[in-house]
Amino acid sequence: MKSVKRVAQAGTLESSDIMIIVEPGTNGLRVDLESIVEKQYGQAIRKTITDTLKTLGITDLNVKAIDKGALDYAIRARLVTALSRADIVQRREDQP
Amino acid sequence: MINYLGRDVPDYVEGYGKVKHYLGAFKTVPEGTAYGPPIKAASPRRSKFYPNLTDLFKGLGLKSGMTFSFHHHLRNGDQVVNMVLDTAAKLGLNDLAVSLTAAFPTHAPMIGHIKSGVVTSLRTSGVYGPLAAAISGGVLPKPVIFHSHGGRPRSLKSGELKVDVAIIAAPTADDRGNLSGAVGKSACGSLGYAFGDADHATHVVAVTDNLVDYPLLPASIGQNKVDHVVLVESLGDPQGIVSGTTKVTKDPVGLVIADLAAKAIKASGLLKNGFSFQTGAGGASLAAAHYVGQMMREAKVKGSFALGGITGYMVDMLEEGLFGNLYDVQSFDLESVRSMSRNPNHVEVSADLYANPFNSGCLVNDLDAVILGATEIDIDFNVNAITGSDGVLMGAAGGHPDTAAGAKMTVIVATLLRSRLPIVVDRVITATTPGETVDVLVTEYGLAVNPSRPDLKDRFVKAGLTVKDIHELKRLAEDLAGVPEKLTFDGPIVALVEYRDGTIIDTVRAAGQ
Repeated sequence: MKSVKRVAQAGTLESSDIMIIVEPGTNGLRVDLESIVEKQYGQAIRKTITDTLKTLGITDLNVKAIDKGALDYAIRARLVTALSRADIVQRREDQP
Repeated sequence: MINYLGRDVPDYVEGYGKVKHYLGAFKTVPEGTAYGPPIKAASPRRSKFYPNLTDLFKGLGLKSGMTFSFHHHLRNGDQVVNMVLDTAAKLGLNDLAVSLTAAFPTHAPMIGHIKSGVVTSLRTSGVYGPLAAAISGGVLPKPVIFHSHGGRPRSLKSGELKVDVAIIAAPTADDRGNLSGAVGKSACGSLGYAFGDADHATHVVAVTDNLVDYPLLPASIGQNKVDHVVLVESLGDPQGIVSGTTKVTKDPVGLVIADLAAKAIKASGLLKNGFSFQTGAGGASLAAAHYVGQMMREAKVKGSFALGGITGYMVDMLEEGLFGNLYDVQSFDLESVRSMSRNPNHVEVSADLYANPFNSGCLVNDLDAVILGATEIDIDFNVNAITGSDGVLMGAAGGHPDTAAGAKMTVIVATLLRSRLPIVVDRVITATTPGETVDVLVTEYGLAVNPSRPDLKDRFVKAGLTVKDIHELKRLAEDLAGVPEKLTFDGPIVALVEYRDGTIIDTVRAAGQ
């Protein structure tokens, strides 16, 4: 079981960005998404988030995401940044 | 049936009637003679003046079922539509048809009048704000008819649109019915969209908040066309009527697009003495005008005229001598309002002269180049200007189909993605402007040329511009954003899109919540 110990956030509510909040979870990966492109990309965004978490070996986490039309790389970057702020993944500056 | 553009449009639509199908941009021709209003007379000492709207309604015996028309020069500052409909509701009228040349967030109270049955149908060129969402949700019992700025004077002339009461918001008026938009606390500049109403309505009513001594000169609509004058405290909020100054975008992507659009105009060979031009007031369109202006200066080109909604930016170009004349159907900002009084070659024009396809020659036919926006464009260059990528109403046909049909070169400017959504699609959700009238799409990743214009493509390639196939632009967008889920709309028809010639080019089905 791998999760975060504290709540952390990354991203903004600007157009083409996504705001991601991660918080400790015990019940698998839960993604609560609100997106202006829900109809066209809602499933794709959820998949990007859960795939990224799985790649990092995270098994229990609550993710709240408010999307303003971010592209996949922005979604991944915001998610990883939030996780690093929650100390679940290494911050880039601490990486060897 | 499946129409000429491949759109599924029924032969009969409840609340509208038998549909005249779209056959191609220049295929449908007019028949018969023009419709005329009753012949009027005004005796020498009869007063036209009413101290308020209630007295007007009672004095004229206005009834349920009538058609009221309004123009949108007061834009989001307008309170006249709300005042008139409130008065109608208070006096117990219902089943009114409204023709409003464009509706803004300020017109949200109309939703209440629709729900209570006061208003049952609407004709407009575009709807913004809460009313748009409500119409998409199916609030109106009859489908809304979307027309272009040129299509509306056509329907007034043909009698398809018969107006019982034309309400003309007049920033200045005298008590004999001479009107002007150039001055007054609610000054809005041109009254061009209302000219046709003054010619064709049974009752022509001026509503003003600035009554001046007779005679008001110069008047843009004269006393020979105005039957009644009503004084109200305020036409609306001047802040919403005209913007302070319209600014060129600083957004780097917008500037890249504007630069390429201007280079395309130069490469087309149209940029020479006598050049005529129209562009929107949007940031990127205005930036394109800026670059076109620079090129005209460098090449010492003297343009003939600029047309359309006029901004201070076009006024600067006029006063610098880059263009000889401005034709103004709608003044967007304070500078253009002021210019109309100051510059004799800045002229107010009617929607009929601007864009009606069925008269002896409208101005859009004399345009060299026009720059327009789009919410979507498809691989056949058909443009959607009225619904968003979610199918919900959010924009305006405006002069889009008219200028596209008239201009020698029609340029669509758009970012390849808008909040992740690809702007280039296989098939637009709503067709407002047919692809056969669109020549070039300019994006930040390069431009695409309609295959019907190999001459332009040739010129662009020779000029070293980044020319791409429109399919390539679509693939590029999908590589960046992913392929969007295909949305289907099978709810009831909430609007019909009327092409400028009066045929139905497409339908809009219910969408949103």
